[in-house]
Amino acid sequence: MSKTTQAPKALRGVGNFIDDRFHLAKTGEKNLRKVFPNHWSFMLGEIALYSFIILLVTGVFLTLWFKPSMVEIVYDGSYERLQGVPMSEAFASTLHIDFDVRGGFLMRQIHHWAALIFVASLVVHMLRVFFTGAFRKPREINWLIGVAIFSLAMIEGLFGYSLPDDLPSGMGVRILQGVMLAIPLVGSYISMFLFGGEFPGEDIITRLYMLHVLLIPALLLGLIVAHFMILWHQKHTQYPGQGRTDKTVVGTPMFPAFAVKAGGFFFFTFAVIAGLSAFVQINPIHLFGPFTPTSITSGLQPDWYMGFMEGALRIFPNTLDFSIGPYPILVAVLVPGLGSMGLLFVALGAWPFIEQWITGDKRAHNVADRPRNAPVRTGLGVAGIICYGVLWLAGSNDILSETFSIDLYLTTYIFRVLVIAGPIAGFIVTKRICLGLQRRDRETLEHGYESGIIQQLPSGEFIEVHKESSDETTHVLENKPAITSTALEEDETDDRGVENPEARKPKGKLRRALAHWYTKDNVSFEGVAAHSGHHLHHSADGDEGAH
Amino acid sequence: MTENNNDNNTADDANERVVGTPTDTADVVSEATPEPRDDHNGPYLASETHKHPEEQQRRGEKIASLWFVIAFLSGIGFLVSYFLFPPNAAGEPAIGDPQISQYSNMLLGGTLTLAMFGIGAGMTVWARNIMPHYEVASPYDELPSKDEEKGSFSEFFMKSADESGFTKRPLMRRTLIAAMLPLGIAPIVLLRDTGPVPGDRMKETRWTDGMRMYVEGTHRYLRAEDVENDPYGMISALPALDDEGYPHGMSLTDQAKSVILLIKIPEEDWESGMNEKVSEDSEDTHLNWTHQGIVAYSKICTHVGCPAALYERTTHRILCPCHQSTFDAANAAEVVFGPAHRPLPQLPIGVDDEGYLVARGDFNEPTGPTFWEYAED
Repeated sequence: MSKTTQAPKALRGVGNFIDDRFHLAKTGEKNLRKVFPNHWSFMLGEIALYSFIILLVTGVFLTLWFKPSMVEIVYDGSYERLQGVPMSEAFASTLHIDFDVRGGFLMRQIHHWAALIFVASLVVHMLRVFFTGAFRKPREINWLIGVAIFSLAMIEGLFGYSLPDDLPSGMGVRILQGVMLAIPLVGSYISMFLFGGEFPGEDIITRLYMLHVLLIPALLLGLIVAHFMILWHQKHTQYPGQGRTDKTVVGTPMFPAFAVKAGGFFFFTFAVIAGLSAFVQINPIHLFGPFTPTSITSGLQPDWYMGFMEGALRIFPNTLDFSIGPYPILVAVLVPGLGSMGLLFVALGAWPFIEQWITGDKRAHNVADRPRNAPVRTGLGVAGIICYGVLWLAGSNDILSETFSIDLYLTTYIFRVLVIAGPIAGFIVTKRICLGLQRRDRETLEHGYESGIIQQLPSGEFIEVHKESSDETTHVLENKPAITSTALEEDETDDRGVENPEARKPKGKLRRALAHWYTKDNVSFEGVAAHSGHHLHHSADGDEGAH
Repeated sequence: MTENNNDNNTADDANERVVGTPTDTADVVSEATPEPRDDHNGPYLASETHKHPEEQQRRGEKIASLWFVIAFLSGIGFLVSYFLFPPNAAGEPAIGDPQISQYSNMLLGGTLTLAMFGIGAGMTVWARNIMPHYEVASPYDELPSKDEEKGSFSEFFMKSADESGFTKRPLMRRTLIAAMLPLGIAPIVLLRDTGPVPGDRMKETRWTDGMRMYVEGTHRYLRAEDVENDPYGMISALPALDDEGYPHGMSLTDQAKSVILLIKIPEEDWESGMNEKVSEDSEDTHLNWTHQGIVAYSKICTHVGCPAALYERTTHRILCPCHQSTFDAANAAEVVFGPAHRPLPQLPIGVDDEGYLVARGDFNEPTGPTFWEYAED
């Protein structure tokens, strides 16, 4: 930098005005200099943030016309095909937004697409954090906040989907109510209180509206702000590399480069969502018609993020249902309807603490794991994805059945098997792939990379030359973290042959067993020096030292 | 592992060398040229910041500006598209027409997309071609506080807590907690009036003895012949009621409970389940509740409440399209597949003096999703 231009007078004026009141110069500089590590996977969370902003803006626009009322009226708006049809005011006002408000159709589609992309980017962002171990100390609380955001986002989406009171959305509410009714003892009370009487009653849209535009967004906003403040305070994790340690973060400063790049990325995100909304129709409620509890169409599909629950409801058999006297325990509704979601969120929320308990690792981690270097965690993650994915596919088994001409009931049986077998197979295969990759890493470390250079030796033999990997690669490979557990360091018996009391208790035994399972399969890099392998001796320039 | 592929300079190999061939130590005979590898080692540190050459910066400026101009024009296009189609004009293409609405949506959305994309692309070109690229290192904050800081905090906190007397004055502490309790419960109590308690209301519908039926969506009374002649062998029906203020004749809440499927089943197809009692304290069998081969079941699935609207005539199966619970219409709507807990409730039917189908009472069980108290007396 040769010379820095003087700040313009107006800017200095504003700056001084603020600083006189808040003393921000030092903090401001520190934050403008905040370092953001560069990696594409750090942009996933940004997509979620940007689509949330788009949701807020378009949502406010929609509230200007939407009437959250279930009063039955006869439609007389501009959309001819439904004129004279009795419907709720909610549905009629949604038609009004579509056909009487310019840009209303677009805003509604942007709102819906942004919601789908919001949840999708949350999920992918969460998977990134999971697979790289970025949830580890000191970031467990931010992980929990993330899980809360994920669960609220799903509920928020479901309620929003319900508001227009069209046929599929009303059916979604009906299924929700059916699941609620299955709750032992209090189910019918919960349903009565939520709906203000029996289904559908005349209150539910008004109440869901309040939850959708006020309560849940406020909670989401609060949690997202907290998520960011924690991230800002603790700084990003980073992928391993030279100069990147648990003590030092390397990346682009906030100002100017990151700010401009992130700003541009916001516009890209908006462009993609706007493009989808312009050219890919979503939720055409005018084609579905108003909700009646007595009609339905086949091939109904919820928004994607509810698909796993829908699938679980479809494939869970009623054979495990039982009754206590006249009172039914509806396992076939409770397990898929509430259990699936509960399991998802509890498992996600608990994992950082379970892993910490197994490994006994209390250190702070700022350098992310490469997924292959934590084979059991990666395997579990893939098993979870497969389980979720199978349930999700099962949520459209009728469409699969029709598209591929498979017997409908057969698809159910197939999914019942897959939902158990798939995750197990996925775990085993993933773990093996991870170990294979570790082995290849060790090879690369020892022998360098395959250069693609073919040499013919005087003997007539052709060989491929291995070359030394770059310092960066070598650094990453050499610093592979060893997977250990403190549980295995304690001996089962002390030197006098007395059993360790901790290890004898069931909890201690379980921990040792889990620790063994978590750490046993791992390719050790111990004693492997970089480029010590003999392949290198053939490289044209690497003839350093013989055996 | 392929240890020995290109590993022939060990002592053993040397010994096995074929006579007449060159020794291994000789120079390489020929070698392919490698693709050049372009990789940068590690971070681009601020110290190695190199500004992009002026030429590149100037080109970047031009490209970025081009994108911004495109975005500007698209923004204008968006505003023009807004006024292109009036909302509700007679005789003009208005957005009330679904086709025009579609065009309007594409124009507005397309221009908006281009405007956003233009800005995003311009900013990206700006960041990549004009701004210097470098990375800086910065320390992570040491998160746990130093021991003396912790100690000082803890000392101050406990000293102040003691000062407050909160720990030392149990009477005050406990009464304060007690004072909070009722207020904590109040918000829950205040929610009491969000809805009535279930009572028996979920177990009763609008069907009564002698009530005629409307074909769903019409105000036409149903006759037995209508069911017999129906091409699908199945008709949805509602109680023939006309509540004021409900264009359908009754509220959605009543419809949700009362809607039935009327199905005609040939005499010889009835199965044994039909001869069982409709409920424990009833004399009637399921068959007694039919009329000339016509049976009436609740249309609402007992799983989670979707309308079980699909009927396959040849197998007498009623299928709910939501979660595929399947009921056998010829066998008292027994569950033959899927997650539903219990059969669809049956409605007793007959005909009145004028030959119209009527109900002969209410269902044998509560309709709709199965709930805790459904079988309670």
